[in-house]
Amino acid sequence: MANRRLAPAAEQPDSFAFSPENAEWAKGQIAKYPEGRQASAVIPLLWKAQEQNGGWLPQQAIEAVADELGMPHIRVLEVATFYTMFALEPVGRFWIQLCGTVPCDSCGARELKDMLQARLGPPGHVSPDGNFSWLEVECLGACCNAPMAQINQDYYEDLTPESLGKLMDDLAAGRPVKTGSQVGRTSSEPQDAVHTLQDATLFDGSRVGAWRKRFEQTDAEADGAGRDEAASSEQRAAVDPKPARPEAGRAVESPATDAPAQRAAEGQAPVKAEDRADAADRTQSTAAHGETRPAATPAQTVAAGEAASAEAGAQSALRRDETPPQPAASGASEAEVAAEAEESRIEEKLASLPKDASPEQRADAVGTRPAALAAARAGAPDALTRIKGIGPGNERRLHDLGTYHFDQIAAWTRAEVAWVGTYLAFPGRIDREDWVGQAKALGGAGAPGRSAQ
Amino acid sequence: MLADQDRIFTNLYGLHSPGLEAAKKRGAWDGTKFLLEMGRDWIIEEMKASGLRGRGGAGFPTGLKWSFMPKKSDGRPHYLVVNADESEPGTCKDREIMRHDPHLLIEGCMLASFAMNAHACYIYIRGEYVAEKHALQRAVDEAYEAKLVGQDNVHGYPFDIYVHHGAGAYICGEETALLESLEGKKGMPRLKPPFPANMGLYGCPTTVNNVESIAVAGTILRRGGAWFAGLGGKNNTGTKLFCVSGHVNKPGNVEEELGITFRELIDKHCGGMRGGWDNLLCSIPGGSSVPLVPAEQIIDAKMDFDTLRNLGSGLGTAAVIVLDRSTDIVSAIARIAYFYKHESCGQCTPCREGTGWMWRVMLRMAEGRAQRREIDMLLDVTKQIEGHTICALGDAAAWPIQGLIRHFRPEIEKRIDRYSANPHSDPVPMAAE
Repeated sequence: MANRRLAPAAEQPDSFAFSPENAEWAKGQIAKYPEGRQASAVIPLLWKAQEQNGGWLPQQAIEAVADELGMPHIRVLEVATFYTMFALEPVGRFWIQLCGTVPCDSCGARELKDMLQARLGPPGHVSPDGNFSWLEVECLGACCNAPMAQINQDYYEDLTPESLGKLMDDLAAGRPVKTGSQVGRTSSEPQDAVHTLQDATLFDGSRVGAWRKRFEQTDAEADGAGRDEAASSEQRAAVDPKPARPEAGRAVESPATDAPAQRAAEGQAPVKAEDRADAADRTQSTAAHGETRPAATPAQTVAAGEAASAEAGAQSALRRDETPPQPAASGASEAEVAAEAEESRIEEKLASLPKDASPEQRADAVGTRPAALAAARAGAPDALTRIKGIGPGNERRLHDLGTYHFDQIAAWTRAEVAWVGTYLAFPGRIDREDWVGQAKALGGAGAPGRSAQ
Repeated sequence: MLADQDRIFTNLYGLHSPGLEAAKKRGAWDGTKFLLEMGRDWIIEEMKASGLRGRGGAGFPTGLKWSFMPKKSDGRPHYLVVNADESEPGTCKDREIMRHDPHLLIEGCMLASFAMNAHACYIYIRGEYVAEKHALQRAVDEAYEAKLVGQDNVHGYPFDIYVHHGAGAYICGEETALLESLEGKKGMPRLKPPFPANMGLYGCPTTVNNVESIAVAGTILRRGGAWFAGLGGKNNTGTKLFCVSGHVNKPGNVEEELGITFRELIDKHCGGMRGGWDNLLCSIPGGSSVPLVPAEQIIDAKMDFDTLRNLGSGLGTAAVIVLDRSTDIVSAIARIAYFYKHESCGQCTPCREGTGWMWRVMLRMAEGRAQRREIDMLLDVTKQIEGHTICALGDAAAWPIQGLIRHFRPEIEKRIDRYSANPHSDPVPMAAE
């Protein structure tokens, strides 16, 4: 925490009141917030008060803002002392805030600090001519242009001790100065080395509206299964990746070495893929599976995202991800591991097939086709769409395969899961969404042929 | 290298006008009404299908976050709050969006608000970004004037957007601290639950998103979640703004595919490593909060969430701080420790006291004025802080030091030995101060 106190009484002015135009401006700020929430405007108002008072915030101004907003004085005092941009003591005409955090620090902020120390003395003191005071502050968010400083409201970037010195001379003498980069960069681009955004069609408006083709195509397909299923776009991505990616010129991407980073990228580090698959194989597991499927695996929670009842649980399970990632173990769930292992195995096998292989051919290469029923038993198929992940489109395709009932899905073997997954063009997803487990829970296990509805 | 036509932020460098007319030519506000008419569920499903993970550091799936908002209003208004309090050291991407491509952000706010049934959106911009605040306000005014937003706009969905600014507090980048600050209080994080999706701004359902996550929404919806998902790798989809700073020849911002290797990123866009690749000491790949990764591990690593997590670090905000062999790594981490000491809000004791304690010990270690056993003591203290605070700032303060000790313990020991081998008049103090 920063140690911040109000200026001594001797330096405090006798009174403070907003100028008429600032008072008008304050009303506009307060109007941004809902009725009764005018406290939200406290930071903008304090800011304006500081501006009006020559760059620092006296106690009277804090109290005036509190009265304006109908807040207790102490609440506004808390705010004024909490936020570091409120200067509680008088500052120079030019208030230099030098960024000293690591990116600037490693690019020469220490030399700037020494220079300011030599020229102006210790931080926090106004120079005798009243022109300058300075302070080392924390990251100002212009790290690609390090080192940098903020003088009053403007950023000055890519500084050296010489250019900062000259800048201060110019400011003191009232000469015009250039804000931003001091070495001729427009903003944060790599200097004189912009290799991107060269395509003129990006800027002349010729690409406007081009994206609408996507929707015309989708309409033309008139598939029915197209849009009402979230997975449709995923499937399209698998079959027809749209982005224009150059084939050549990516030499550094070739897997040439066995670097630790590559192993990490491929997730091989802790356990070999085949070991993981073994571990995930339910038939070899000592854990009881039965009716309780692991409720909080990320994939299932995603699938259950819409269910309002699952909302609280989903959040508490997943908000852990909100903190920056944990350095230690990767917490891949069992289903996720199995799905990944399966995907890599299937990808390998599919790679050897010709590109134009039909879904059946592809599926036959990786698994066995499940036994088909000629028609639904008693003419009444189960409502397969009750399984999360199966929409009307997939249901129809499953019917085409002769799969009508939960107990059929519940009885799928590993090879059959692989076959169906590949046939439907999303290998691994059946594991992720645990169709088999869902089907068992929906009454497929013990009561063959029982209709769900 | 990512093809130009797959870039979302086409005015990243400000070489073209940020104004409405030019932005429309670059594709902003193109068919927004059409996208809105596709419906709330379609928008959320498309965002989910894109695999977009939040760009503010934690990498939480954006579409999923949007779906947490209550489907039906219980009478309370819904809010979208955009987190533009960009303060993670090393990060300077949102700044470029706000001053050069503001209309992508405003359009994204409209689409996201619609998807979450919010009629008002606040953009909380950090206090230091004065010029950016004015640029964004100008763009908002333009949008109001063209009736693209507002109560009576051409899209037929009443929607107001406000620019709010803070006053310099790193902690306000934490979503609940940001909400506190927006309500006019000190920026101290709230306990969760309740989550903002249930009790956020003014006690109403609220979603807080990073600027970049919102600004890419329009383009994703236009070109399709599948397009975005086709870029990058599995679970790490799409493009990302990388902020490369530190010891590279030409530091800068660049939009690239997730999963580009560190080497390619630096060679292609940043003029290569200063002094050649042998001169690389380590990199902090995701802003100062993530542990550093030494050269031999980072050099061919893919820059994405999962690879860096497996390397014991994280992608964070993709603020890549590159450090070469001239760096005094112990004092660099000591400087980061000072940052967290300065920015701790003081609410939780482990963080308030621990950050200062760690900084003081780090300062001594940078000199070598310590004892070898204090290294383990320091490591132990970081573990006491990590996970014992309301927000992640305690974790963020602990990780850089853990990363240093994990990879550079011999360097610390060398300094301690060198210091103790020479005569000094002052006694060597113990860690407990």
